[in-house]
Amino acid sequence: MTKYTFTEKQDTRSGFGAGLLEVGRSNENVVALCADLTGSLKMTAFQKEFPDRFFQTGIAEANMMGLAAGMTIGGKIPYTGTFANFSTGRVYDQIRQSIAYSEKNVKICASHAGLTLGEDGATHQILEDLGMMKMMPNMVVINPCDYHQTKAATIAIADHHGPVYLRFGRPKMPVFTPEDQTFRIGKAINFIAGNDVSIFATGHMLWYAIEAEAILSEQGISAEVINIHTIKPLDQEAILHSVAKTGCAVTAEEHQINGGLGDSVAQTLCRNHPAPVEFIGVNNSFGESGKPLELLDKYGLSTESIVSAAEKVIGRK
Amino acid sequence: MIDQTNATIDQTEIAELKKVASQVRRDIVRMVHAVQSGHPGGSLGCTEFFVALYFKILSADPAFNADGINEDLFFLSNGHISPVWYSVLARKGYFELSELATFRKINSRLQGHPATEEGLPGIRVASGSLGQGLSVSIGAAQTKKLNKDDHLVYTLTGDGELQEGQVWEAIMYAAHNQVDNIIVTVDHNGQQIDGPVDQILSLANLKEKWQAFGWQVIESKGNDMEEVINTLTHAKTLTGKGKPVVNLMRTQMGNGVDFMTGSHKWHGVAPNDEQLQSALNQLEETLGDY
Repeated sequence: MTKYTFTEKQDTRSGFGAGLLEVGRSNENVVALCADLTGSLKMTAFQKEFPDRFFQTGIAEANMMGLAAGMTIGGKIPYTGTFANFSTGRVYDQIRQSIAYSEKNVKICASHAGLTLGEDGATHQILEDLGMMKMMPNMVVINPCDYHQTKAATIAIADHHGPVYLRFGRPKMPVFTPEDQTFRIGKAINFIAGNDVSIFATGHMLWYAIEAEAILSEQGISAEVINIHTIKPLDQEAILHSVAKTGCAVTAEEHQINGGLGDSVAQTLCRNHPAPVEFIGVNNSFGESGKPLELLDKYGLSTESIVSAAEKVIGRK
Repeated sequence: MIDQTNATIDQTEIAELKKVASQVRRDIVRMVHAVQSGHPGGSLGCTEFFVALYFKILSADPAFNADGINEDLFFLSNGHISPVWYSVLARKGYFELSELATFRKINSRLQGHPATEEGLPGIRVASGSLGQGLSVSIGAAQTKKLNKDDHLVYTLTGDGELQEGQVWEAIMYAAHNQVDNIIVTVDHNGQQIDGPVDQILSLANLKEKWQAFGWQVIESKGNDMEEVINTLTHAKTLTGKGKPVVNLMRTQMGNGVDFMTGSHKWHGVAPNDEQLQSALNQLEETLGDY
């Protein structure tokens, strides 16, 4: 069985920046817009190499979303960049009417998602964005797990015609997926095979799921770890195939339990193969200031929480 | 494609366009009456603008292509005046006239507010939730520049709509970035659903506001066909000079139907049978009802 390790930590937003530069080189229709957070979004390399295809919008996110929608008319593929909070809640109606309902080929790239934004606190730590965006018809929703997967996803979404929400984060986190991967939208990745419990994890929480599997294994529990990087369209086949074998599931995400990946997994199971599920996520509260990893721990988004949830859900079978 | 950019004006043509306008006004009141919903007031007030734009000014092909490369684009931001747009698109040949009878009905491409999802020719973005169309237009204009396409982008917004903050983000952005291939027209009828704009939330000196934001401003009257054509023709000569162009166009809400003219009360109310007949008696059927 493959055991995952990491030798370095990098931020997923840098994976986005690297992917944007690469897709900008290979596809001249790619343009980028940013609302005064170019450095934070790691878009400066693209801006420097392609100044004519980079649009600084100022602190005006609503206008940025409209501009992006308009730029698609005539064949451009706009990537918008700002924090996840300002990429979703602040501009929900603009995305809804001008992008999603109008079927515009805009890539909404959202950094600093979730608790791991850290010290800035709850005003900026959006934990509802996956829910908002997955409810939107026509929208693809992706939450990659590390630097390499984020870079690969950033490149892959240019070839998908239609609106995409791509969510990533601020802190340096373990890099454990291959550098030379091809990202396939909507296709879950089975990281570790197991028989007793399925752990479905997205974003930063995948690493903690991998750590949890090692602890469970020492206890004689065989956990299957599956990465759901695409929340929508959901890889229902992978979920059902795994739970048919294990009979129970744990979901893990840096997001509200209400409306996130867990809801989507539970809905899939309820309709097709009812089974007990435990949910790791933020439970109906806002975040607060603190260091990213401290916050994950305080709000129950940890390796230990996943282990406990796995033990509990196995007991409910 | 007919290139109308260098068209000249003559009185015979003006008379023909006025006939089209009369028929479009009939279409508007009939469409709204048929479903007892919709927005006749703003539609009637902007009839000359739409007829002039599509029959005289715009270089665009009714064999519609959504990307609009190498042709002029038009965006309607105040999407609730969809009846006038649908009528003019049909009269110009974008789709069959008979489809006007489906307006606001189930399974129709003629949604209450314009939408792309049903594939209606002429529509490039949904609108209706106010304040968004200007941003979209400016983005489309910037893509035209990237594509080295020297055709223009035309936009219509309401005046009440300018109360939306996003509009001012867009106005600031276009001037800062010298988006000078766009001509925005404001339907300055001074009315919104709840009453006169000056009483609801005054726009104060609109001309000075746009000028202060760095736009080239022209003022015009919008219910005079010849003046609308002259104004838009003049506006074209102002493009390409480093500043976006705005046409503050004074109109009367409900223009062309005496009991609807000048009042906010017909913003979003349909005429009853008797009122429809009264309206149609004032509007000559020139091209045949749909």
